[in-house]
Amino acid sequence: MEVFVQQLINGLTLGSIYGLIAIGYTMVFGIIGMVNFAHGDVFMLSAFIALIFFMLISAWFGAGLIVLALIFVLILAMFFTSLWNWTIERVAYRPLRGSFRLAPLISAIGMSIFLMNFVQVVQGPRNKPIPPMLNKSILLIDSATYPVSISYKQVVIIVTTIVLLAAFWYLVQKTPLGRAQRACEQDRKMASLLGVDVDRTISITFVMGAALAAVAGVMYLVLYGVVNFADGFTPGVKAFTAAVLGGIGSLPGAVLGGLLIGLIEVMWSAYFTIDYKDVAAFCILAVVLVFMPSGILGRPEVEKV
Amino acid sequence: MAMDASTPAKRQADMTKALKEAAFAALITFGLCIPIIAWGTRQNLDNQLVLDPRWDAVAWAVAIVFVGRFLMALRQQTRGEGKSAVRLLPHGTIGFFQRHSRMFSLFGLGFLLTFPIIAINLAGWGGALKWIDNFGVQILIYVMLGWGLNIVVGLAGLLDLGYVAFYAVGAYSYALLAKNFGLSFWILLPLSGILAAFWGLILGFPVLRLRGDYLAIVTLAFGEIIRLVLINWTDFSNGYAGISGIPRPTFFGIPFTAADDGFAAVFGLEFSPLYRTIFLYYVILCLALLTAYVSLRLRRLPVGRAWEALREDEIACRSLGINTTNTKLTAFSLGAMFGGFAGSFFAARQGFISPESFVFMESAVILAIVVLGGMGSLWGCAIAAIAMIGGTELLRELDWLKQIFGQDFDPTKYRMLIFGFAMVVIMIWKPRGLISTREPTAFLKEKKAISSDMVQEGHG
Repeated sequence: MEVFVQQLINGLTLGSIYGLIAIGYTMVFGIIGMVNFAHGDVFMLSAFIALIFFMLISAWFGAGLIVLALIFVLILAMFFTSLWNWTIERVAYRPLRGSFRLAPLISAIGMSIFLMNFVQVVQGPRNKPIPPMLNKSILLIDSATYPVSISYKQVVIIVTTIVLLAAFWYLVQKTPLGRAQRACEQDRKMASLLGVDVDRTISITFVMGAALAAVAGVMYLVLYGVVNFADGFTPGVKAFTAAVLGGIGSLPGAVLGGLLIGLIEVMWSAYFTIDYKDVAAFCILAVVLVFMPSGILGRPEVEKV
Repeated sequence: MAMDASTPAKRQADMTKALKEAAFAALITFGLCIPIIAWGTRQNLDNQLVLDPRWDAVAWAVAIVFVGRFLMALRQQTRGEGKSAVRLLPHGTIGFFQRHSRMFSLFGLGFLLTFPIIAINLAGWGGALKWIDNFGVQILIYVMLGWGLNIVVGLAGLLDLGYVAFYAVGAYSYALLAKNFGLSFWILLPLSGILAAFWGLILGFPVLRLRGDYLAIVTLAFGEIIRLVLINWTDFSNGYAGISGIPRPTFFGIPFTAADDGFAAVFGLEFSPLYRTIFLYYVILCLALLTAYVSLRLRRLPVGRAWEALREDEIACRSLGINTTNTKLTAFSLGAMFGGFAGSFFAARQGFISPESFVFMESAVILAIVVLGGMGSLWGCAIAAIAMIGGTELLRELDWLKQIFGQDFDPTKYRMLIFGFAMVVIMIWKPRGLISTREPTAFLKEKKAISSDMVQEGHG
């Protein structure tokens, strides 16, 4: 029982990171029907940006107020990652809108290779560790055999995720911006006839996806304390799995899928074997796509002739 | 010239506009560079991460983007006024190539057959090894993989991001069977092809009802699963350490060694490691040509026509009574079979394989070759493979750049960076690939090339 509760906490932490990345996939797929293959690498890039800002801030102001520093890092990382994703959309995807079906996907794969190697070239191929932070933890169940605790890191990650998801939910559901976005998702041509600036809306979608990926990047850095240029691929694929599992195009689905993937991964490592945890994630992806392609909360896709 | 028509005032306005655009692009670049280029992270002697400011690199990046964007904006404006835009190829070049494609094929074939002799004559016995091995064999492996994947992606239109899995199946079948049972290369080559095709059937059966992006992601997942299993199942594959000491292929039973019964001794030649390389070169050349021949002939068979019809419109196919599952499965497993051939050749050539050789990036490279060459075009694949693989191999040769940029400048570091960038640029420049016209296999009276603007879904 204690083991289960502890793994539940760990799984929720990991799952919220996946969920944040998954939203980027699901929004872009919903609005332009494309798998944004480079999104995992945008996440990795954001972790690097966060690392650099974290070091700058702690060099300039000292490492005293860690929470304040983290808030600044979060804002800066969100801004600069959004700028990156905005540029990527502008340069690599927009010219291909209306081109043949596979062109944007190939372009995204190229972008993913580019980003990964760009970071490798400018920051070097080695692991980049930062000094551990927020190390204390709260004891939840005081048991002699297996004490259950939640660390400050995990509290910070879960709370930040909930707060930002709430803000994001408000943005999509209640503001004119979100309305334009949902309109484009349903019917791009009709939305543009009714005066929605489709190009601008798509740009904003990419910016929002990147901002949430940046949150995930900061949280990843806080959780593991180390980042590497190749770290984008596997979390990216897992987050995509999460988006598909939750039903691609559905925002609550992405979060739900992320939490499920995180829980499954952690439970698999705890109860079976840690070696095959990535295999488990990929198997889920294959099984879900083959047997329930519309996911848990997604609408089934109707093929029109 | 078209420029004469424009008044100085208009030219002034054009200039200001171009300058504005360039300044905007430069500003964005500055923003992009701020965190990631301006400070480099480095571990000092105490293993702590420290930052090195690198504002000179940021200045370079901003300046390059400014000038580049400015020139591009100017060029776009002149193009808008007249037709003075520079064409990369004179009009009708592609058509000329297509009309004489038979001649060019024969010429290319002749060059490929004599390539080792040319290399030996030009570079001598010592220098030829590098050219035949790094350029000849390496490029031909990718040409073959490209042609194999072309059956799946180019002809049948199934986007496969896990092709490297079949390459791995072929390589591991050869390595394990040759090491454990001592079977020869010529028995195992077809066997590993069959095993790969079998895996293609197993993996293909459940997933082939998916379409487009979803299929791509599932195949990616399968590719990764096979690699992760190879890493983790150490009893079977020796994990990360890989398999070394794989038996090398023999010349129909005669090994390429310096021993008395070796190839050189039997034929009365002086021993040289070059003989094995030349032999391997001809083996992969034959395999690649076999792939090309099979896919060319298959295009003219009913099953090949069904593949191409499937690529253009699946619903129409189904309503015309084509069994889509079987059609897709044949394409998938045939493509896998050629991947398996290439894999067993790869294992035999390297003598050592590990899961590191079968990462997702390899799949992406092979797919890039097929798509950038122009899906379905054998010539396009070959050209793209030569450009991409040969180009990246050439980067290793650019030592003179060190004299310009300093000793720690390593051009090979930029290999994949340029590769990824080229994928994006070629997609934007020519979304249908370098050779986007298609040759029809069925025609009335006269064969007409289908131009790229017609090659859209439902018109090809």
